[in-house]
Amino acid sequence: MTTVPLHLAVALDGAGWHPAAWRDPAVDPRELFTARRWAGLVTEAERGLLDFVTIEDALSLQSTLPDGPDERAGQVRGRLDAVLLAARLAPLTKRIGLVPTATTTHTEPFHVAIGIATLDHVSAGRAGWRVQVSPRRTEAAHFGRREVPPLDPRRLDTDLLADLFGEAADAVEVARRLWDSWEDDAEIRDVPTGRFVDRDKLHYIDFTGARFSVRGPSITPRPPQGRPIVTVLDHGHSRVPYELPARSADIVHVTPHSRAEAEAITGRIRALPREGEPLKIFADLVVFLGEDAAARKAGLDELDGAEFTSDAAVFTGTAEELADLLLDWREAGIEGYRLRPGAVPHDLEAITRRLVPALRRRGAFRREYEAATLRGLLGLPRPDSRYREAATV
Amino acid sequence: MSAPRRQVHLAAHFPGVNNTTVWADPRSGSQIDFTSFVHLARTAERGRFDFFFLAEGLRLRELKGRIHDLDVVGRPESLTVLSALAAVTDRLGLAATVNATFNEPYELARRLATLDHLSEGRAAWNVVTTSDAFTGENFRRGGFLDRADRYTRAAEFVRLSRALWDSWRPDAIVADQAAGVFVRPQDIGTVRHDDRHFTVEGRSTVPRSPQGHPVIIQAGDSDEGREFAASSADVIFSRHGTLEEGKAFYADVKRRLARYGREPHELKIMPAATFALGGTDAEAAEKAAEIRRQQVGPQTAIAFLEQIWGRDMSAYDPEGPLPDVDPEPEEGLSQGRVRLADRTAVAAKWRAVAEEKNLTIRELVIEMTGRQSFVGSAATVARRIEEFVQGEAADGFILVPHLTPGGLDDFVEEVVPILQERGVFRTEYAGPTLRDHLGLAVPRPALRDHLGLAVPRPAREGAS
Repeated sequence: MTTVPLHLAVALDGAGWHPAAWRDPAVDPRELFTARRWAGLVTEAERGLLDFVTIEDALSLQSTLPDGPDERAGQVRGRLDAVLLAARLAPLTKRIGLVPTATTTHTEPFHVAIGIATLDHVSAGRAGWRVQVSPRRTEAAHFGRREVPPLDPRRLDTDLLADLFGEAADAVEVARRLWDSWEDDAEIRDVPTGRFVDRDKLHYIDFTGARFSVRGPSITPRPPQGRPIVTVLDHGHSRVPYELPARSADIVHVTPHSRAEAEAITGRIRALPREGEPLKIFADLVVFLGEDAAARKAGLDELDGAEFTSDAAVFTGTAEELADLLLDWREAGIEGYRLRPGAVPHDLEAITRRLVPALRRRGAFRREYEAATLRGLLGLPRPDSRYREAATV
Repeated sequence: MSAPRRQVHLAAHFPGVNNTTVWADPRSGSQIDFTSFVHLARTAERGRFDFFFLAEGLRLRELKGRIHDLDVVGRPESLTVLSALAAVTDRLGLAATVNATFNEPYELARRLATLDHLSEGRAAWNVVTTSDAFTGENFRRGGFLDRADRYTRAAEFVRLSRALWDSWRPDAIVADQAAGVFVRPQDIGTVRHDDRHFTVEGRSTVPRSPQGHPVIIQAGDSDEGREFAASSADVIFSRHGTLEEGKAFYADVKRRLARYGREPHELKIMPAATFALGGTDAEAAEKAAEIRRQQVGPQTAIAFLEQIWGRDMSAYDPEGPLPDVDPEPEEGLSQGRVRLADRTAVAAKWRAVAEEKNLTIRELVIEMTGRQSFVGSAATVARRIEEFVQGEAADGFILVPHLTPGGLDDFVEEVVPILQERGVFRTEYAGPTLRDHLGLAVPRPALRDHLGLAVPRPAREGAS
């Protein structure tokens, strides 16, 4: 009996998810902001036939404090814009999906939508967007347009979160309408009438929400995928847990720490109202792989002066053990994983060169890319524009 | 001994959404496929051009309340496509037109610095401004900006962006694995800016980029635009005119630099220029006329007329004579295009030309709009370009081909080698960055003592 293959993504950030990962002698820490280094990582992920990579980003410096700089010298600080970084990597790869993070809180929905549409054009249909909100006062001060109290994770301001998540849902709605605002056959180049486009196939989106309104149409023709993939990381802390991804995402990244938690989370998500294709549920795991994984992590902890913990479960063990765990949690309704390598390149190569073969031996992972677009890899159809006249079908 | 000959600078404008772009020609390719951008950019790089240039439009143009459908429509987000082009080019500068009205400095400065990192020092920003509510309908704040404030906002935007670019000292990243020091936090300055248009406080996330500051380009011929360019820009993208007009503009703009303590070579003047090449000058003239007929099709001729007359002219035959109707003096039909200052005067001038030369509507529009800047054999065009540069009417040109993606091929094959033989254009790039190509110095980094201070206001700002 064949099993449904798992989906696998990796989350790339700095030198890896452990704050001391940059001190690994295999890393040249001066290269962290170069396209060359990123190209090496993404081609490695593509060699492993992974579904996609995500690229972390935020509109403030990394910090160990919940809000504001921590003045630490011993950890990686600094990030490049993730959408541009993804575009820089697109011509160097062929099949792997590219999913940059972009916030909806301080950005213009129009700009983000055409940026992701352009990423889809330059990658020939491999773009996604990991939607994020910015609840920090530090980030609000970079824009000076809204008042936000300092973020206190022990006492989350549920009103603020509800507002930010609502704005994120609106931004996704605007992006999808803009992506649909050019029908696929809008460009006609009709010489006898002198018309380049059929303007009846270009549509105003006329979105009005609490935070913004957008008239449209997009300036960018419909992306190759129709609608690039939208993903959301959700810890289930909002007033209605998982409401944003159920409403607005193609993929939700969740953070269970056990199979039982995974079951509880998938149960809650499946109970929420949902339109269209079913939401894909991916679990996040931070992974340190190899026979010596625990010792390696302990060594990094010692260098950093603190035990590494994460919102996601932290796995230390061999690729074989991880393969077993991934298949076990699949029984709880997890369809894919976004693995956060503890240290890069070590744990990334362990994923592509050890975990992937281990999953293949279990009949649970692809042996070749079966589609040219990210939607195709995820088994999602290419949607028609919502504005297309039903009568012309 | 004569003075050394001045060197020519060249840039390539992606044809795209422009009424000079011919789309009905069988050789016309996609305006959105990445392969078109790759072809143009690689051609420009093969020709050792300074940079590749993308225009911007944040709302589809409208005419008579409907989307204008006669020109090429649709373009990518500029910085995203330039980032991708950085992967398939090595030396070519990458210039994006980005609006200072519908963006915020923290985010845009960050994106520009990112492109500078990802291209190893090839990023440029063409700063443009708008204030129209029409474009604003796609953005959070709508038509919030008073027209008179366009340049004060742009100047403050650039000043704040530069403070953000300066806020990381070049050596802030230590990356000492043994000692466990990645960065010196005291070398990442906190920018504090509180002025008329922006209130921003915080730290940039992007380490100092290879060029220090991406190259700043400014487009615009107005007095305010010239002053802004003299105070803040590295390149001015101007309108092409006669040699004499060019000399006057050049002298005026360069004269303004001294007020800001700048040397004449620190601001390059590069007008937009179109061209038509042929085996002989006569052949080129024929080709130029044919291109003009392609650019101004029958429907486009009527649309042009409507923009000037401000009324519906669709009932008239484009191949027939100019009808005897007066322009609508007040009401504007077009959106998303520059508005004409004085309809009646322009219409009267057009009518005089039509009568004098006995032209049809279409012939008149061809006669009165967008004739090619340079028409001739490769030798003639090379000589004309040099005349402008040696005559101090320009430092070079931003070339606007009429075809995507092959519109630059002939120029690079035929004109560039002549300029190179004459010793006025590089045969190899002298350095890796766009600043190297343009002969611009890398801005001095901020002193450590200045980090963490408020953004200083300049002694004199613009012409306001």
